[in-house]
Amino acid sequence: MASNHLTGIGSESKQLATWYFAFAAIIFGAQLLFGLVAAIQYVMPGFLFEILDFSVARMLHINALVVWMVFAMFGAVYWLLPDETGIETIGIKVGKLLYWVFVAAIVIVILVYIFVQVGPADETSIWFIHEGREYIEAPRWADIGIVVVALGFVANLFMTGMTGKRSGIVTVLMADMIAFAGLYLTGMFFTDNITVDQYWWWWVIHLWVEATWEVYVGALAAYGLITMIGAHRKVVEMWLWIEVAMLFGSGILGMGHHYFWIGTPEYWWEIGALFSALEPLPLVAMFIHVLYDWGKTQGGQDATGQKLSVINNKPAFTWFVLNAFGNFLGAGIWGFFHTLPQVNLYTHGTQFTSAHGHLAFFGAYATILIGMMYIAVQGTNGIKVMKSTKSSIWAVSMIAGGVMGMTVALTVAGYVQVLVSRAQMGATWAGYFDGQSGLWFAQAMDWRLIMGVVTFTGFLFLAKDLLSIGKSQIHER
Amino acid sequence: MANKVSVWSDNRFWQRSAAWVTGFAAVLLIWLTFDTSAQISMGTDEDIQNGVTKRVPGPTVINYKITYEMSAKRGHEVPIIGGNDGKGMSLFQEKEKFFGRDDWSEEEARELLHLGKLGSQTKNCMNCHTLLGNGAYYAPDLTKAWLDPAWEDGTMMAMTGKDTKEEAMAEFLQHPSTYPTHARMMPDLGITAEEAKGLVAFLKHMSTIDTNGFPRNFGKIRGAVHGK
Repeated sequence: MASNHLTGIGSESKQLATWYFAFAAIIFGAQLLFGLVAAIQYVMPGFLFEILDFSVARMLHINALVVWMVFAMFGAVYWLLPDETGIETIGIKVGKLLYWVFVAAIVIVILVYIFVQVGPADETSIWFIHEGREYIEAPRWADIGIVVVALGFVANLFMTGMTGKRSGIVTVLMADMIAFAGLYLTGMFFTDNITVDQYWWWWVIHLWVEATWEVYVGALAAYGLITMIGAHRKVVEMWLWIEVAMLFGSGILGMGHHYFWIGTPEYWWEIGALFSALEPLPLVAMFIHVLYDWGKTQGGQDATGQKLSVINNKPAFTWFVLNAFGNFLGAGIWGFFHTLPQVNLYTHGTQFTSAHGHLAFFGAYATILIGMMYIAVQGTNGIKVMKSTKSSIWAVSMIAGGVMGMTVALTVAGYVQVLVSRAQMGATWAGYFDGQSGLWFAQAMDWRLIMGVVTFTGFLFLAKDLLSIGKSQIHER
Repeated sequence: MANKVSVWSDNRFWQRSAAWVTGFAAVLLIWLTFDTSAQISMGTDEDIQNGVTKRVPGPTVINYKITYEMSAKRGHEVPIIGGNDGKGMSLFQEKEKFFGRDDWSEEEARELLHLGKLGSQTKNCMNCHTLLGNGAYYAPDLTKAWLDPAWEDGTMMAMTGKDTKEEAMAEFLQHPSTYPTHARMMPDLGITAEEAKGLVAFLKHMSTIDTNGFPRNFGKIRGAVHGK
């Protein structure tokens, strides 16, 4: 099986992958920019009031997050398919057409969000402006378009996977991506019953983020370890299957932790508590998987007297290792410490959730997807061993440091909010604002903004690096 | 025994385990979804007439007085519709006028709720507020907003110049930046009088959903633990 990613030069699938990565990087920048607007509004509430309100800035912030990650995910699959299957992706022409359809749809949706913002309370708003349902706000016409694009992508993956050599990684991706596309359908209807609405809404949000996306990350980590350090495929794929069992085993029923307070029956308390307590375990496994394979491969090389590093792409591997840490910390630890119902009763819907969300999305997904972008830069430039530049190091340090700083700040804010608004005051309007005006809360929001600026500066270094590192003379070609 | 392969390092074994575990979890989730779906389906006016407590009651609850009271049996607050029977269960008797009427028919109430739920989405409430604890954290949770002391103690009524809670809420929703209550103001979202009515009905209906005691100690700020 062709596991050297350099063999795919000239592959149309890989070219399409770079298109996906490029658009993903642009939208990543937009996500950070609108995040900054929202962070400023916490500190200065009058900022862009009735021009670009918090609701709009935040909708753009979280939708851009989902979109750039989905783009980078599709791109990463198109990148690795020729390597894993040994053949060119089938249906690549349709894939390229769907790419432009997807980009056009996203641009129109973003423009409508910015310039139209809200509509009357009728179905036309739901069809053409937005659906007002956190994370899956896309208007219905775009929903249908997204389903078509996703099905086209899944079809390409299946046709290629069935025709070429089918590795364990491709098998996992095939099963995972069909679930990923199918689950989106559960978030596409309107109901007057907000409990039913929220019940199915979580089928998209939770089953994406805490099940199918995590399994996807496992497959990507496996591919990365094989390509970047030459880890043994049999060992890597064994780990991958173990992770899939643990991730789906804990993640699917871990959904219970979202069903504590939305009007659903009490038995979800026990189911949610048990399975979400298990959810960090596969993340530990993924952590060990990456570091173990690295140590094992390097150790094998050292034993034969070779002094060189086994890593053939330093910046990408840095992001992959950061993924192992970030996934365990952000999704595992920060997630775990408020999923027990006894704690969640007070922390649900506070800045704790926000702290967890920031570190988890970054640690579990952003890191590995940025790593894939570096792998693509290496591949398209035909670099044998890619080294880190100063910009690579500034980018990774400032982005990771900034997100960690935001997470700590939001955790402090959440702590104040829980004590004042929830435990002491009981979640009323006045209690809410008492919590928001606490000194520690206000300072935490200042720090969140500062750390947001650090993150954004890091992004600028990242963009510069991704555009220029391929031409640098420091690499071994 | 030299050629015996350990099952623990056999990829086929782990592949099968992954398939079985995933299948088992998925089947369990689907089974639980059937049970939950039955329990969270919206009730009807007939349920209310017959004194049947539903986790999500029918839209005609807007004709009744709603409170949020401690249930000794369940150990947390529960929504009480139309008076408490003394054991933490709703009596469905005590009515309360909603925009001047307490005889909204099932159809009228359903239409109002439909408009309100649609409005809550098209006006993007969830990207500042939380509803049932989900959403953004920039503005107060709306789960029990209908029961919030701020609307009942008269300050918001005086501010908006209205005589009833629902009228004050509707007025505020139509011109939010005219009635600032905090530096973090609500923007004008072009909410019409009819839409505002629907939104208030939606909020009143949402306050009757049985959220297993969330939010806890609601209204404690006024010194009354049990929401009185």
